[in-house]
Amino acid sequence: MSLIEITEVRKSFGANEVLKGINLDVEPGEVIAIIGKSGSGKSTLLRCINGLENIDSGSISVAGAQLQPDEIHLKALRLKVGMIFQQFNLFPHLTAGGNVMLSQMVVKKTAKPEAEAMAHKMLERVGLAHKFDAYPDELSGGQQQRVAIARALAMQPIALLCDEITSALDPELVSEVLAVVRELAAEGMTLLMVTHEMKFARDVCSRVVFMHQGRAHEIGPPDAVFSNPKTPELKQFLGML
Amino acid sequence: MIEFSLWDILRNLLLATRWTVLLSLVAFIGGGLVGTLLLFMRIGKRRALRLFARYYVELFQGTPLLMQLFLAFFGLGLFGIDVPAWLAAAVALILWTAAFLAEIWRGCVEAIARGQWEASSSLGMGYVQQMRYVILPQALRIAIPPTVGFSVQVIKATALTSIIGFVELSKAGTMVTNATFQPFTVYGLVALIYFALCWPLSKSSQILERKLNVAHRNH
Ligand SMILES: Nc1ncnc2c1ncn2[C@@H]1O[C@H](COP(=O)(O)OP(=O)(O)OP(=O)(O)O)[C@@H](O)[C@H]1O
Ligand SMILES: [Mg+2]
Repeated sequence: MSLIEITEVRKSFGANEVLKGINLDVEPGEVIAIIGKSGSGKSTLLRCINGLENIDSGSISVAGAQLQPDEIHLKALRLKVGMIFQQFNLFPHLTAGGNVMLSQMVVKKTAKPEAEAMAHKMLERVGLAHKFDAYPDELSGGQQQRVAIARALAMQPIALLCDEITSALDPELVSEVLAVVRELAAEGMTLLMVTHEMKFARDVCSRVVFMHQGRAHEIGPPDAVFSNPKTPELKQFLGML
Repeated sequence: MIEFSLWDILRNLLLATRWTVLLSLVAFIGGGLVGTLLLFMRIGKRRALRLFARYYVELFQGTPLLMQLFLAFFGLGLFGIDVPAWLAAAVALILWTAAFLAEIWRGCVEAIARGQWEASSSLGMGYVQQMRYVILPQALRIAIPPTVGFSVQVIKATALTSIIGFVELSKAGTMVTNATFQPFTVYGLVALIYFALCWPLSKSSQILERKLNVAHRNH
């Protein structure tokens, strides 16, 4: 059984059908890059997996548990799947450490000393142990994004969803965030990432999903997808036409 | 005819100022409590409560405070309930203040970026936890300047209660004028006293706003 099973998922916003029957099974430890044009539904797919959007039909299951739109099931799902956003979305009124501690204490009811120890450990992991007491607006974009990763990791998810997590960063800050992701991948974390970093996708990912007009248009290992695209749409997207 | 010194006039006005201050405090604190309740109805998940709060706010913002005072004062009288002026004044002002504060605060809650909701959702927090630990702490900070600023409106609004016979600063001004026949002096002093009450508040609202804009956080 796969870790994440996405079966015939459909999602519309009003009359605009954004996901038109997506099928994708993700094995534990896989790193999946989702690429595609703007508006092809990449973000929507990730948001559905995390329950930020309700799906209209089809099914999504994570570690054998079906995604259901009530608060108890959603909460259970979100404990298994972490999400990292393009805009970081750190809590500006809390320090880096506070950001990493909050959900542990509030959601998992972890006692403060343990949550704090975990926060130190996770910030260490993303190379920011020395920024424990810094507020988000005292950190660079790259550092903020690494705190966001630490915050998600502190919940000990079995998979992470990353939506263009380097797109809001200055070019010189991209590599420090990608280095952290690369390390997570090496440690065996299951990752689904929407990305425009083709080189990174090629180096790190086990499979690449090309989304086009709400469908998973082409799926395959990076070599096949990048060097030997089958469909004209993917060729065009890769600038090969 | 008795001569009134400036001090006599001022003393009488200052004595009445106590009632303006007291009524303002009652309206502001009571309005704050009722306003908080309305806020949670307005942004909560129960549709009926949301609608109730919305119509409440629209009703109280869409009618003159003077009418609300009249209705509280004379309206209840129709049912044979004898309402003293101070009670009608306090009730009407509390309800009126609550409507405005609830609306100001709702704006502050809605000003919090959607990403904050999404990030906290994705970490597994429920609605109440999100409110308590993520949204309200941020909303509270941006709510302080407009809330302090609105307290000035509350003080000025208490002047209307003179019309139903509550003796606060404005009413005292009229009474003293009738005794002294010096309307310009009396109302000049009345205006000065209002200014002395309001100016520090609007000034501190401005300063707070600037401060919160510079230091964008909580330390
Ligand atoms: N909340 C929403 N309400 C209405 N339409 C939406 C909503 N979210 C997304 N859409 C629409 O769904 C389509 C797909 O959006 P989505 O954000 O998934 O695209 P994307 O592939 O992530 O694009 P990008 O590369 O620009 O991020 C777009 O046409 C968008 O306008
Ligand atoms: Mg997107």
